[in-house]
Amino acid sequence: MNTMQKVENALADSEIKIGARGVQVYYGTNHALKDVDVDIADKTVTAFIGPSGCGKSTFLRCLNRMNDTIVGCRVEGQITLDGEDIYAPTVDPVQLRARVGMVFQKPNPFPKSIFENVAYGPRIHGLARGRAELDEIVEKSLRRAALWDEVKDRLTAPGTGLSGGQQQRLCIARAIATAPEVLLMDEPASALDPIATAQIEELIDELRSAFSVVIVTHSMQQAARVSQKTAFFHLGSLVEFGETGQIFTNPQDPRTESYITGRIG
Amino acid sequence: MTPVQSPRRSLLTVDARTRRRNAAETRFRAYGIIAVSLAMLALAVLLYSVFSNGISAFRQTFIVMDITLDSAALDPTGQRDPAAMAKVTTIGYGKQIEAALVHALEAKGISSAEISAKDVSALISKESPAQLRNIVLANPALLGSTIHFRGYANARIDGYFKGRVSMESAVRDSNISPAQLQLADKMRATGLMEVGFNWGFLTGPDASELRPEAAGLGVAILGSLYMMLIVLVLALPIGVAASIYLEEFAPQNRWTDLIEVNIANLAAVPSIVFGILGLALFINFAGLPQSAPVVGALVLTLITLPRIIIPARASLKSVPPSIRDAALAVGASKMQTVLHHVLPLAMPGILTGLIIGLAQALGETAPLLLIGMVAFVRDFPAAPPEGFFDPASALPVQVYNWTQRADPAFAERASGAIIVLLVFLLVINSVAIVLRRRFERRW
Ligand SMILES: Nc1ncnc2c1ncn2[C@@H]1O[C@H](COP(=O)(O)OP(=O)(O)OP(=O)(O)O)[C@@H](O)[C@H]1O
Ligand SMILES: [Mg+2]
Repeated sequence: MNTMQKVENALADSEIKIGARGVQVYYGTNHALKDVDVDIADKTVTAFIGPSGCGKSTFLRCLNRMNDTIVGCRVEGQITLDGEDIYAPTVDPVQLRARVGMVFQKPNPFPKSIFENVAYGPRIHGLARGRAELDEIVEKSLRRAALWDEVKDRLTAPGTGLSGGQQQRLCIARAIATAPEVLLMDEPASALDPIATAQIEELIDELRSAFSVVIVTHSMQQAARVSQKTAFFHLGSLVEFGETGQIFTNPQDPRTESYITGRIG
Repeated sequence: MTPVQSPRRSLLTVDARTRRRNAAETRFRAYGIIAVSLAMLALAVLLYSVFSNGISAFRQTFIVMDITLDSAALDPTGQRDPAAMAKVTTIGYGKQIEAALVHALEAKGISSAEISAKDVSALISKESPAQLRNIVLANPALLGSTIHFRGYANARIDGYFKGRVSMESAVRDSNISPAQLQLADKMRATGLMEVGFNWGFLTGPDASELRPEAAGLGVAILGSLYMMLIVLVLALPIGVAASIYLEEFAPQNRWTDLIEVNIANLAAVPSIVFGILGLALFINFAGLPQSAPVVGALVLTLITLPRIIIPARASLKSVPPSIRDAALAVGASKMQTVLHHVLPLAMPGILTGLIIGLAQALGETAPLLLIGMVAFVRDFPAAPPEGFFDPASALPVQVYNWTQRADPAFAERASGAIIVLLVFLLVINSVAIVLRRRFERRW
């Protein structure tokens, strides 16, 4: 298993999708993220782990500039997507977010029908020519998010009427419907039961063939199962970043070791 | 060391602490019920006084009789030329009505010997000759024929049938005598007088001090309607656009803080101040006509805008930020996020604020007094848009106007006008509730 993963990683490593250099994030005067350097490879799953409040979500939001919407939040350093600086003055964050999708920590479906939730992205980006194509995108996205069988008979029901776990899968379907190149997932499985979690992990593994996935998780097992690369954050700093197998079996930093063995957190 | 054992207590008996808490809760509920009861009582008293005084304004005493229109008197030239016929004033028509009344009394066998002819004709409203004149001028072919005429009775007679005037009060009243009232009783018994629903109160124009029986709300209702129309058309887009800009797009800095404080202050500025502003700005500076609905509407728009913007901003603010994040994260632009997701969710609150603002504007009086809408207007404003610039009255101003007049018949009409105003407010608020229900969604 481990050797197989290593082979895969070696293949995937070839191309860097997102590069972050010296990223600092301040919320007002609170220095939330300190000097983070990470390279996220294409067609790879990268896991961010670390204790609560260490800045995982903050860094994730930097990658699609969702931090722009937070008053008082300041991002320094350089982040590139396919070599282009996403914080360059000429970059329109709207265009960026169409290519870098996001699933939030808390499910946040639109208060519209299930169909509309998924169809919204493709519609505003003009991804579907005609209703049939839109139906197809919606069905495909819901299937990949392991939700289709549960909702196929009630696509016009409100998305907010689903259970918490179903809502989260709806949000995943919504995110992948716009065919992003990078998918950022902030604890996507924290509200899911083991079966749905397994389905989501399967989905993540499948998505990897098409684009790169960044996942924040509090579950060490999940990180080990789905990711090829793992980054460990602690108190706003990136402590260690490397092959998932290496991080979990042979961590270089004592803090990483304490965390994954359950001594800090 | 063994832990301290607390004595086992029964669930079936209530302990002192719980009893105290329950008592406090009961007291709190009682305060609430008392407060609500007081409010309901005040409302009931208000409604009772308005309705008991005002409902009779919707009924009116009419004199019903046949009038033979004398062509010689009403069209001296005999040409049926409208211009020539218009030379005959209401005095000429008044004589026709007096003659017809004397004739009708004789026909019914009612003797009016003990009353002077002047007192008999005083039973008829001074409005009736004008009414007859309008009928004839509109249709000159009627000349020479006998028509069925239904005109207002004098306000004192009307008051007599409504219980406002009595034989005792007539003795002391220089405008009416007991003999006239007795004659009126006989006329009613023989069908020459009848009491019926008074459409003229809703459709007719205001009337002068001397003829309260003919005073109507037509011009005031039309004026209020015109103003509400303009206020809606101006305040809705401006208010919603301003709220959306301030809430969703404006940078958070000292300027927006300043604007926010100012809007809150404007909402609290007494409306009469806006009236002074309107007088200076729209009439003296911009040269718009006085008493015109357009000026009233502009002033009311200024008053209403902060009252709309504040609840609109509050309801935009109450849309969960996670919805905005969700839309932005799938690549929606700021504009799309607002229009597709935030605005629909905020709509019930925005509409409620708008409609409450409109309802308040409908009842606003003081600023309209200042811009001259209190003037006595008998001519109906034309159809929009020209009509927006014609002089008109407004419902609350009409109420104020009538309460200023001496004749007690106007007090009844003022209460009647309040009822009309309340009905309008009720309709507006019902629309608000229906709209809110239609837009309301859960998330
Ligand atoms: N909107 C914000 N405004 C101010 N400070 C914030 C904001 N969001 C996060 N922070 C601060 O930034 C730091 C990092 O928060 P972040 O949400 O990135 O943590 P996290 O690693 O995602 O934690 P968790 O695992 O609990 O989700 C925390 O100290 C937090 O208080
Ligand atoms: Mg987080």
